[in-house]
Amino acid sequence: MTEPIVVIVGAGPAGVRAAEALAHAGLRPIVLDEAARPGGQIYRQPPGASGRVSTDIYGFDAKKATAIHRVLSDHTDRIDHRPDTLVWNVFGPKLDLLTADGYREQPFDHLILATGAMDRVLPFPGWTLPGVFTLGGAQVALKAQGVSIGRRVALVGAGPLLPLVTHQYAKAGVSVVAALDVTAFGSKLAQAPRMLASAGTLAKGLWYTARNRLRRLDVRYGVRSIRVEGDGRVEALRWRDAAGHEHRVDCDAVGASFGLRPEAQLADLAGCRFVFDVDARQWMPERSAEGRSSVPGIYLAGDGARIGGADVAELQGRRTALALLEDLGRAVDRRELLRLDRGLARQARFRRALDAAYPYPSHLLDAVGDDEIVCRCEGITVGALRQAAHERDAREINRTKAFTRIGMGRCQGRVCGEAAAELLARACDSDLERVGRLRGQAPVKPIPIVVGSGA
Amino acid sequence: MAGLFQRTTKRSGANVGLTIDGEAIEAQAGDLLITAILLHRTSLRRFEFGDGQRAGFCMMAACQDCWVRLADGRRVRACSTLVAPGMAVLIEGDGVD
Amino acid sequence: MTERLRVDVAIVGGGIAGCAAAVALREAGLTVALLEKALCGAGASGVNFGGVRQQGRNLAELPLARRARPLWDQLNERLGEDVEFEASGHLKLARSDGETAQLERHARDVAEHGLRLELLGAAALRAELPWLGHDVVGASLCAEDGHANPRLVGPAFARLARRLGADVREHAAVLSAMRGGDEFETRTADLAVHSRYLVNCAGIGAGRIAAAFGEDVPLQPLVPNMLVTEPLPFFISRSIGVCGGGIYLRQIARGNAILGGGGGWGDADSNHSRPLTGSSLAAMANAIAIVPALAGAHVIRSWTGIDGKMPDLIPVIGRSRTTPNLIHAFGFSGHGFQLGPVVGEIIAELVTQGRSVSPLEPFSIDRFANAAPASQPIDVGIEE
Repeated sequence: MTEPIVVIVGAGPAGVRAAEALAHAGLRPIVLDEAARPGGQIYRQPPGASGRVSTDIYGFDAKKATAIHRVLSDHTDRIDHRPDTLVWNVFGPKLDLLTADGYREQPFDHLILATGAMDRVLPFPGWTLPGVFTLGGAQVALKAQGVSIGRRVALVGAGPLLPLVTHQYAKAGVSVVAALDVTAFGSKLAQAPRMLASAGTLAKGLWYTARNRLRRLDVRYGVRSIRVEGDGRVEALRWRDAAGHEHRVDCDAVGASFGLRPEAQLADLAGCRFVFDVDARQWMPERSAEGRSSVPGIYLAGDGARIGGADVAELQGRRTALALLEDLGRAVDRRELLRLDRGLARQARFRRALDAAYPYPSHLLDAVGDDEIVCRCEGITVGALRQAAHERDAREINRTKAFTRIGMGRCQGRVCGEAAAELLARACDSDLERVGRLRGQAPVKPIPIVVGSGA
Repeated sequence: MAGLFQRTTKRSGANVGLTIDGEAIEAQAGDLLITAILLHRTSLRRFEFGDGQRAGFCMMAACQDCWVRLADGRRVRACSTLVAPGMAVLIEGDGVD
Repeated sequence: MTERLRVDVAIVGGGIAGCAAAVALREAGLTVALLEKALCGAGASGVNFGGVRQQGRNLAELPLARRARPLWDQLNERLGEDVEFEASGHLKLARSDGETAQLERHARDVAEHGLRLELLGAAALRAELPWLGHDVVGASLCAEDGHANPRLVGPAFARLARRLGADVREHAAVLSAMRGGDEFETRTADLAVHSRYLVNCAGIGAGRIAAAFGEDVPLQPLVPNMLVTEPLPFFISRSIGVCGGGIYLRQIARGNAILGGGGGWGDADSNHSRPLTGSSLAAMANAIAIVPALAGAHVIRSWTGIDGKMPDLIPVIGRSRTTPNLIHAFGFSGHGFQLGPVVGEIIAELVTQGRSVSPLEPFSIDRFANAAPASQPIDVGIEE
């Protein structure tokens, strides 16, 4: 009997641990990764030999990062790792790939999607000016390139990433002129006891916050709105504090985003069922606790299915691999299953507390004007979305896309999709679930037209 | 010309020569193209549908904001492309072949 | 509790033909209900290439296409919105002497219908369009042809129909249609529509409606495989096709180049469809063979949908063979977009006068009277 072809998409913590578990069980998984080196975004490696020390890059997580980086190269006899490979489509039991050698096709019997996440974005005045990056992007610049996005940087967030990046930038000697949390301080206090479910993570967060205070950085909570000003580039940030007072700070770069969203386009193309999470205000592919999607033979692990962070991703990667092995009829260690499930349950408690501590700040859209850009690829305004809703019966997000071009740009709705849905729900006086989600279309990222000619 | 970005960390790596709109700049091996450009410039490209320029956004190959045109006709995503010697970037000169 | 409607005309199918028919029938003073299974204009009407083209048709369609052409000039004003129609000219390319001869023949044929085509040799082509690839040896230009935005046209007709008082129902899939006495009863999950006339322009679903009245037709799915590039500086000034039809492309004012060629995968019963990678890669290769300057571009999206085709690749338009007051208009075989507005007028003529000023004999459903059914006849209806 031939070995089943098992393909894993993504070499971040989830994909790597899944590959490792399958390799230990005697399988020979194929790992396809868009990046040149494993680690995903959270443990992203600088290109080439940078001469930098891993604690400088990853701080407290240096050990975890290094461990992840080593897995694939430690198992080259059994894991077929193919970096620099973009999976741009899945249809039936086949993946369409873009490699350095052009188009390739990859059949599979079983597929684990571990495609990670990107920053979750809401539009605000001035967000398309040069010098505005996502908070994650600001971190990647430092981590992967040893550069800061500016000399006087304002950081804005709605999650634990904010105190971390603030600390990292300050430690690197960059002037952080403001660190603005658009969620309330009170929600963090309220959740603190529940966050003891992952005491280590909580401790790290507290440590970053304390360090930032010691540096006398301007750390604020409950920020109600932000506006970037500048002529052709970022020059200042205006913001309204919890009491409603307006402030203005000179800066030359802004790192701003509000949580994370799963990169689930391949799950969509694979036909996985999606569910709407009311608390997170997000659609995500349906995933059982063990990692199975709604499609037999297709599994999901890590932030690409649901935001949980790197530790959860590692556990889920392993747990999902074990579910796959069970489905293949292989024996699995039941104590390992129990251990993983307990760890995941503990993490889930922490995660729920974290999500409550940093609720999605949809209030930032309350006062957004018609002239604001919602789709940055195509330059489409909020006003166009509202007009289509009010005058052309566009009450569902794909219909809005068809009429306004929102979501038709190069990013195919990654950046604007969630915000557009929020705005559409408000414009139609509908609920967020009812307006739907943008449907994926291949290629999930732009592919060169010359690929068709065998280039 | 001062760019958006600044180096915060000393990194090992040989010098790599590129041009931006014909002007020679020095980058470092291991620089992504977005880094090399934004250390010297405040944008990557003209935005097609309005006034203003674009300078990237997500740094992780997701937002597709950082596409850059090279003189040899190729378009590359600057945050996921490493610098190579002789790369000729066009920011202001974005016409048809 | 079933909602009951009583109207002069029930229309099944909310594509351009059906919505334009609803408009024309309202303008003639008849009451109209239109039943669309999903969203108006989002079927084949909304996913096609967008070519507004008279050149290159089966000659039987030419009188209809000629009649439709002036409607496109007035469409924005009539609909009250911009559907992005551009009379860019349509250029059909020849890449061999045999193909050049085909173009010359076609130019002579269409001249009799009043359509003027300009034949261009290689030198003239290169002078005007230096970006054309080297394989091209000649072309036929129809200067008044062009393109529009298919996503906008159908929905705009639907909105006009509503403004004129048509009862347009979306998410209203027809489950059964039958005739009793001298009226039709057409049912969805929540509606029973009683009407004197029934219009079947249900796209790929039209075969089921026809079969419900004893008129089996060999209607097959046609799944166009479409791609679009990122925005590029504008330079492709004409809408482009080739002899044989293997590749077609156009560039919109915003800069995206739309390419089509080959077929995707589609299942008519579930209404699911997906582009096929082989077709997409071939279209990409064919596009840069004709327009080498596209070589630096990226494809950012693909899509498809399910159109209906007849074996002779021309539609069924006209009165039912079996049933009085039943009008068919379906099977547009991949080139219904330009005809949509005039098909609406023709349907209204057939209802109000029993005949059309346009010659419809080639489109008669009679030509399939002895054909085997394309698929199993579907249940005629769900009884209450």
